[in-house]
Amino acid sequence: MSDIVIRAEKLGKRYRIGERERYVALRDVLARAASAPVRLFQARKPASPNGDPTHIWALKDVSFEIRQGEVVGVVGRNGSGKTTLLKVLARVTRPTEGRAQVRGRVGSLLEVGTGFHSELTGRENVFLSGAILGMTKAEIRRKFDEMVAFAEVEKFIDTPLKHYSTGMQMRLAFSVAAHLEPEILLVDEVLAVGDMQFQKKCLGKMREVSSEGRTVIFVSHNMGAVIGLCERGIMLNAGRIAHVGSVSEVVAKYLQLHAEQEETVPLDAPPRASWLKGGARLVWAKLQNRGKVGRWSLPFGASIELSVGFEVLRQFDRFEMGVSIFTPLGFEIMSSLSFHDVGYLSLPPGQYAFEVELPQPGLTPGSYNLSLGLKSERGLEDLLPEIVNLEVAASDESAALNVHHILAAIVLKGRYQLQRLGAVPCRGRTPSD
Amino acid sequence: MAQAPIPLANIPVIDITPPRGWFNLNFRELWQFRELAYFFVWRDIKIRYKQTAIGAAWAVLQPLLTMLVFSLFFGRLAKMPSGGVPYPIFYFSALLPWMYFSGALQNATNVVVGQQHVITKVYFARLVLPLSAVVSGLLDFAIGFVVFLGMMVFYGVHPGKAILTFPAFLFLAFATALGAGLWLSALNAIYRDVRYAVPFLIQFWMFASPVAYPSSLVPEKWRWLYGLNPMAGVIEGFRWALTGKGQPPSAMLAVSGGALVLVLIGGMFFFSKMEDTFADVV
Repeated sequence: MSDIVIRAEKLGKRYRIGERERYVALRDVLARAASAPVRLFQARKPASPNGDPTHIWALKDVSFEIRQGEVVGVVGRNGSGKTTLLKVLARVTRPTEGRAQVRGRVGSLLEVGTGFHSELTGRENVFLSGAILGMTKAEIRRKFDEMVAFAEVEKFIDTPLKHYSTGMQMRLAFSVAAHLEPEILLVDEVLAVGDMQFQKKCLGKMREVSSEGRTVIFVSHNMGAVIGLCERGIMLNAGRIAHVGSVSEVVAKYLQLHAEQEETVPLDAPPRASWLKGGARLVWAKLQNRGKVGRWSLPFGASIELSVGFEVLRQFDRFEMGVSIFTPLGFEIMSSLSFHDVGYLSLPPGQYAFEVELPQPGLTPGSYNLSLGLKSERGLEDLLPEIVNLEVAASDESAALNVHHILAAIVLKGRYQLQRLGAVPCRGRTPSD
Repeated sequence: MAQAPIPLANIPVIDITPPRGWFNLNFRELWQFRELAYFFVWRDIKIRYKQTAIGAAWAVLQPLLTMLVFSLFFGRLAKMPSGGVPYPIFYFSALLPWMYFSGALQNATNVVVGQQHVITKVYFARLVLPLSAVVSGLLDFAIGFVVFLGMMVFYGVHPGKAILTFPAFLFLAFATALGAGLWLSALNAIYRDVRYAVPFLIQFWMFASPVAYPSSLVPEKWRWLYGLNPMAGVIEGFRWALTGKGQPPSAMLAVSGGALVLVLIGGMFFFSKMEDTFADVV
């Protein structure tokens, strides 16, 4: 088996749907059992033939091999079977057909806070969660201080968990799971929770884990994280393997197939706030220099070229347009106004389009939202806050620059110069001496 | 990317396959997860006593109050035979193991469903769950036992040599609770109406066991049938071991023991057969 740590052969998992809402009652079964005693002891099997609408194959014919130390990203739409695949590999559920061979201790991070109980203190929960995830008591004791320090909850470690903020709970939960040290780590979208700082900390820790030679399987919707962390990728579609290959290949294919946003976003429909003047109105927006993948996706380092269509309903003498960039949590990190470039405009009524180029804003890979606004001497005529989604994709450049270690939203390439001042450091001396 | 590859040669391969066949018991794995079983017990106990005003007293109040009611109605008024033992001792010595058994059964029935958020996320030997549910009741039992010893002193009852067999009967009670608990927890995970039947089942079971009356009440020729209830032998044995009076172990105990073994082994097989489907149905 050389250095292959996971081998999947035609894995399949079938679930019963529809009737799952109504739990089977023992009395029904007893009634049936009265006529056929043997059936009572069989695992619940459907009495219906193949191809019936009460079952779906969450996984079908899934085969792949993963070598030791590889970091593999699994991508796919919601419902494509990613979580089911992890569950099968984690042995939480058994496959319906096929088989998998796994070599090594498996740690599964399918959820943050597995086993946490709100009545127990942080300390007690660390032990409980650690034990559930597979650590021995000695191991937990050994790593206890490290785990608490990573989560930054030292002061509260002996308070019941129900008094923690959600952020603290998540940090603690992730900290326990991150210190698992299994040979194979399965991670399912744990980055979907938490603020950006927390997400970047998680990513950093996972990178550390993978650099120790452990195998990582990472399921995520965050393409930037997937590209930054993984070397290989598997794309699932409706339970089957759609593509296996290098991570950039797989992510590119995924974005191609599943870009959510239209190329030209219509802006007429969304409701406006009542305090807006309404003398001008945004109509559509388009990303001009979109990257090769995805309609509203740019590679790291590229400039943003937007064109926005709007209509003006009356004469304005001091008109300006504006674009702002927000993080998904609503923090405005950048703002740009046309006034700074072309000054105030005098506009008669009509249909207009403005184009703006935001040169190399240095946004780190991730998802951002754009706000668009139109302003006049009367005040804000139209404003659509965080209306358009923009994805900044990792690229070879961002990987080369190690951009993922940076917690900030923007990376600036400053110009650095080094000057040697003297032989031995002398305290207190500045260049003016 | 790998800096120091972990040597693969010594790591065994785990096969993940669809479930098949009856022989799914894996005791080695259960041993591997023994620490987790300890943590589940510890957690049950901690949660039960945290933030409770009465706390440990509840472990004593339940059998105590029941004993009072029994002593009054079955003892004084109905004048049940008690073999010369004061009524409170007579009833408490049976209620102690019985309360443990019924509590353990209730816990075990609900444990798999109650822990669904863990079962669907992490792998561990599922047998740990009903096992820990049955073990955690032992603490309450221990507290009740201390009270019982106090009562023995108060009433001046000396147990005699029979008390040396008490640990064996405790073990039998534990085994019966585990056996029945395995059946019920697996059944409840799959057929959710089971837990509504359990309180009724326990009530019925109590009257089918020599808790409120001595087994000498049962006619001699039917006693073997009576003994098919594993708790019959256990309760009677408890009473005999703790008070020195009553029915010494006999054929009835042998029948009970046999029934117990069947229930336990059947429960283990049934549970381990069903556990593969838990994550899907719970």
